[in-house]
Amino acid sequence: MRKMKLATIWLDGCSGCHMSLLDLDTALIPVARRVDLVYGPLVDAHEFPEDVDVTFIEGAVSTHEDVEKVQQIRQNSKIVVSLGDCAVTGNVAAMRNTVSVKKLMQSIYVEKSDRDRLIPDENLPQLSPLCRPVQDFVKIDISVPGCPPPSKMIGELLDNLLDNRKPDAALKLRFG
Amino acid sequence: MPPKKISIRIDGEMVNAAGGQSIMEAAQAIGKKIPTLCYLKGLKAVGACRLCMVELSGVERLFAACTTPVQEGMAVITNSPRLARYRRITVELLLVERNHVCAVCVSNGHCELQDMAYALGITNVRFAYNFPRLPLDLSHPRFALDHNRCILCTRCVRVCADIEGAHVWDISHRGINARLVSELNARWGDSASCTSCGKCVQACPTGALSEKGKSVQEMVKDSGFITSLAHSRGVQA
Repeated sequence: MRKMKLATIWLDGCSGCHMSLLDLDTALIPVARRVDLVYGPLVDAHEFPEDVDVTFIEGAVSTHEDVEKVQQIRQNSKIVVSLGDCAVTGNVAAMRNTVSVKKLMQSIYVEKSDRDRLIPDENLPQLSPLCRPVQDFVKIDISVPGCPPPSKMIGELLDNLLDNRKPDAALKLRFG
Repeated sequence: MPPKKISIRIDGEMVNAAGGQSIMEAAQAIGKKIPTLCYLKGLKAVGACRLCMVELSGVERLFAACTTPVQEGMAVITNSPRLARYRRITVELLLVERNHVCAVCVSNGHCELQDMAYALGITNVRFAYNFPRLPLDLSHPRFALDHNRCILCTRCVRVCADIEGAHVWDISHRGINARLVSELNARWGDSASCTSCGKCVQACPTGALSEKGKSVQEMVKDSGFITSLAHSRGVQA
């Protein structure tokens, strides 16, 4: 049987959704038999592969680099899943939206920093004026709210996807 | 004179209602739940949230169940694909209007707006988030007001004016700029009429009004006593 090619990505979020995925614990073993994890913070691939079955996006879109990433993900993935409140709504990541980027950087890296007091500007993507949910940039097939979504729900979602079922309505998902 | 007896149908079921009752009250009397965020038994109904919209047979437009009195022969539909669609849109608009960041809210897990989104199966919204910059009022010694969570249901306004009799709260401005204000737009802590009774906090369906010192998920509210208080004082709902 062909394994499902799964990619995950961590954008503007806290990695909690990936932790929730790992929290499947022993339930990961049967999943691993049917899934090929081809990209993401949990594996060592540098380029996003061309023919991915399912991609889980954790985190909101906060920089131009994030925009390019989600566009490439959309192009190369059959099913794109917004995993967690940051990807679905912006959530905590978007709480910066009421402060200008300039003020934000000044506050964090200069005023409240106890060393260096330098705003990083080289080799790092600059923050966009607004942090936004992924669905503002590309079509999302399945939204999975939750902060984080409970690992049981992620497990059920994976089961559904592996069995080619449309999962949205069956899952007990809520914001927060 | 006892109220006139009225027969109506709710989702096909024959219901005996009393004259002067709203469709909401008649429905609740037979254990039928119509979705709402602004209605609270014991407070005067105002039809603010529009979630209790129902269909009346023979009439094209929709009616708010909480403010529409029963009439003889009325046939009410409380749920339909059309109503479900409008209710979903209404909640989505509430979610995008302000910053309802559930994950860091005192009311996370005990919030009527969050529960409503869940009940309506909302897993994402179709509109762009507004991300407004809104203040908090932390001037009251015991309570906090967070405009980011306010849905302008006016339960606090009504419980304070009609049950407590202090009338600290009001809504100022219009439309997207509408804001809950205490007294004449002064700080809550400076209010001379606030009795610090906390009824507004208990009536609030979200985390907009909370007790100070509560962290994420810790603000559990109980509005049941407001209903019994209103009943014992004979306040006309």
